[in-house]
Amino acid sequence: MGDQALLPFGPWSWCLLLATLQCCGASFELNRSTDSSAQRELNVRFAAASSQPVETISVFTLDYDYVQIPYEVTLWILLASLAKIGFHLHRRLPGLMPESCLLILVGALVGAVIFGTDHKSPPVMDSSIYFLYLLPPIVLESGYFMPTRPFFENLGSILWWAGLGALLNAFGIGLSLYLICQVPAFGLGDINLLQNLLFGSLISAVDPVAVLAVFEEARVNEQLYMMIFGEALLNDGISVVRCPHGPQGGKRAAQRITACAVTMKKYVEENVSQTSYTTIKYFMKMLSSVSETLIFIFMGVSTIGKNHEWNWAFICFTLVFCQIWRAISVFALFYVSNRFRTFPFSVKDQCVIFYSGVRGAGSFSLAFLLPPSLFPRKKLFVTATLVVIYFTVFIQGITVGPLVRYLDVRKTNKKESINEELHTRLMDHLKAGIEDVCGQWSHYQVRDKFKKFDHKYLRKILIRKNLPKSSLVSLYKKLEMKQAIEMVESGVLSSTAFSIPHQAQKTQETKRLSPEDVESMRDILTRNMYQVRQRTLSYNKYNLQPQASEKQAKEILIRRRNTFRESMKKGHSLPWGKPAGTKNIRYLSFPYSSPLPAGRDVKMAEFTDHDGSDSELPPITFNTHSPAKSIQERRWTAEVIPMKSLHGAWTPPRFGYQRSTSREERLGRGRRAILRPKPLFHAVDEEFESKEEGEEEAPAFGSLLSSELRPGGDCNLSHSPLLQRK
Amino acid sequence: YSHFLEVMKGHSLEEDQVNFRGFMRTLAHFRPIEDNEKSKDVNGPEPLNSRSNKLHFAFRLYDLDKDDKISRDELLQVLRMMVGVNISDEQLGSIADRTIQEADQDGDSAISFTEFVKVLEKVDVEQKMSIRFLH
Repeated sequence: MGDQALLPFGPWSWCLLLATLQCCGASFELNRSTDSSAQRELNVRFAAASSQPVETISVFTLDYDYVQIPYEVTLWILLASLAKIGFHLHRRLPGLMPESCLLILVGALVGAVIFGTDHKSPPVMDSSIYFLYLLPPIVLESGYFMPTRPFFENLGSILWWAGLGALLNAFGIGLSLYLICQVPAFGLGDINLLQNLLFGSLISAVDPVAVLAVFEEARVNEQLYMMIFGEALLNDGISVVRCPHGPQGGKRAAQRITACAVTMKKYVEENVSQTSYTTIKYFMKMLSSVSETLIFIFMGVSTIGKNHEWNWAFICFTLVFCQIWRAISVFALFYVSNRFRTFPFSVKDQCVIFYSGVRGAGSFSLAFLLPPSLFPRKKLFVTATLVVIYFTVFIQGITVGPLVRYLDVRKTNKKESINEELHTRLMDHLKAGIEDVCGQWSHYQVRDKFKKFDHKYLRKILIRKNLPKSSLVSLYKKLEMKQAIEMVESGVLSSTAFSIPHQAQKTQETKRLSPEDVESMRDILTRNMYQVRQRTLSYNKYNLQPQASEKQAKEILIRRRNTFRESMKKGHSLPWGKPAGTKNIRYLSFPYSSPLPAGRDVKMAEFTDHDGSDSELPPITFNTHSPAKSIQERRWTAEVIPMKSLHGAWTPPRFGYQRSTSREERLGRGRRAILRPKPLFHAVDEEFESKEEGEEEAPAFGSLLSSELRPGGDCNLSHSPLLQRK
Repeated sequence: YSHFLEVMKGHSLEEDQVNFRGFMRTLAHFRPIEDNEKSKDVNGPEPLNSRSNKLHFAFRLYDLDKDDKISRDELLQVLRMMVGVNISDEQLGSIADRTIQEADQDGDSAISFTEFVKVLEKVDVEQKMSIRFLH
């Protein structure tokens, strides 16, 4: 929901104004057009004025009734979308209040407009609309994007908390309210126990959306996030199942949808292509966004209206009891469950959980859908619900952010480095191993067993046949392309930054590229890490290699060439101070060219055979080694050295002079660029064709260019001769 | 997990088998850290399940030749053990290099214990390396 549209603020406000005006205009039109007497009046006047027969021909009729409902709904959605975009564009606002606040306000605004223009009431939201159309997308989306691993790790606590907590809340609130109702002074004597209990159950349903948005903003730790998320996910169902007249089928369906989304996600991801995956993702988010918006608008609209009954006692006590009972349930239940957790929730965490009991659209819809026949004082309930929602959303929603910061809740640690990923995996394995040794049964075992089962049966059935074997390769390629794109955008400079981690000036660019790197590495690792227990080779890896290696080597060569070209184009200042134009490539003749021939052999010896299937670090894997090389090969290897040295010793003004022994380790990572048309190379081509052989000055470079240039523009074919040398 | 047993052997004072004592010592690393323990024993030797000791344990899993550094080869070995057969050696090599490069601060292309600790400073080691044993 973070649309970063590039609308400046001005046009947005104009659009909003326009939309509002349109809305009002529509209402006015409505008044006019449905007011048939007025119409007739117009006609009559016209007739009189032109002294023609009274018969009028309606040239243009506005049959607003016909289009009213879709028109209004669309208008609301439009309005809400504009508001959302504006909300996210505004820098400070999302941190201040959850989005739900904004949506409610918009809804209230629309409601005010409708009310003010004396419009007939908006389409009433009935249970079928809600449960069949509005709720499922929200549930599906939350299930699909749920981070499954933390959820299942905390499943016990979540179930305990959500289930018992909801029950406790519901009964507590219901009973207390019933007691209050018994007090004759408040005039609530006719509300019986059942109604109170029902009300209690519906009012205890917590709406996750508001809170989670704030939590994400404040980056609270994962455990906390999961608890709230899980609670919200589960308690909707619980609260409605208890309502005997509620559309139980709908809610059970909601739970089924969640389960479906969670399980299918894994397999869907494997089977669809990248573009489809993106489409699915955004489509789901869009649907759920729309549903949510509509619900909030309904809520806002019904706030402004005549359907209220205000009873001070009931409402105040409802509020009070909601808070009290939530506090009781949080602290009591967590006290118990903390004993069973390795990661106990501190008191601070519990305070945050308590405070995040923000009610939302769920309770409202339930209240709205209460059948009036059984609830003669339905309006009272609706009003009370609305008050609670407004209170919690606005006051608690806005203050929970500062509260989290104030309490200094433990923050999440997004894994930024490959190290963290690696070592945490090690520790997971370690823990699993020890548990194995001890004979303890923990969730690691369960997860392991599930994984084995999954791999053995489910994957074969549900995933396309050819994928499991080459999924890694295709993933790798995808990631490489992504990185290539990133490279082009960010320029070569960032890639060279990697080579010198402890040189301060490039730290910023380092950050830019590293998440991509890490992502790909992490993905590779994630896909493979848990196969520890199966130590048998499932296939002969040497069968797979050659094909992958060919293409990949080609790709890599392309990339290197382009990266190099990039670097030249960027005008890295040479010691000689000449601009890096097309003619000056030969000046990248390295002073260390003299040790190079000697060093070259040493390096050759170090290199192992290159199979091309490397990840982000082509230089490392460009290990070509064969004693009997053709000229081509030699050149290709020779390319490697200057590339490596180039990037290893790269500091823009001084690259020629820095040589360190470990330069082969500090390599330019991710030198990728997408192939582009190259007038540059053609120019260079001429320069260098003649200088291929004995040029001591730029042996490596010349060879680099010439070997790469020979194919000209067509890289796909060109590199095969180079690669087929084995 | 033979590797893991090596470490345990190390704990059990260089005997060739893991005796119960060694086993217990190893396991002791995995006790969850409890708050009330932190206040006591500030002057005495650190308890076995302190964060630093846990990290040290993990470090020893990597450091096979016990030179207090994780070299690229050692890292590769561990990676290979963890990862299975789907990844080629080159890729693993790159990952290993990347790992070292991220952590290495003194430029010796190996990860020392302090570097290791620094890299994991944000990770909740106490939780990851703790096992709740049923009493």
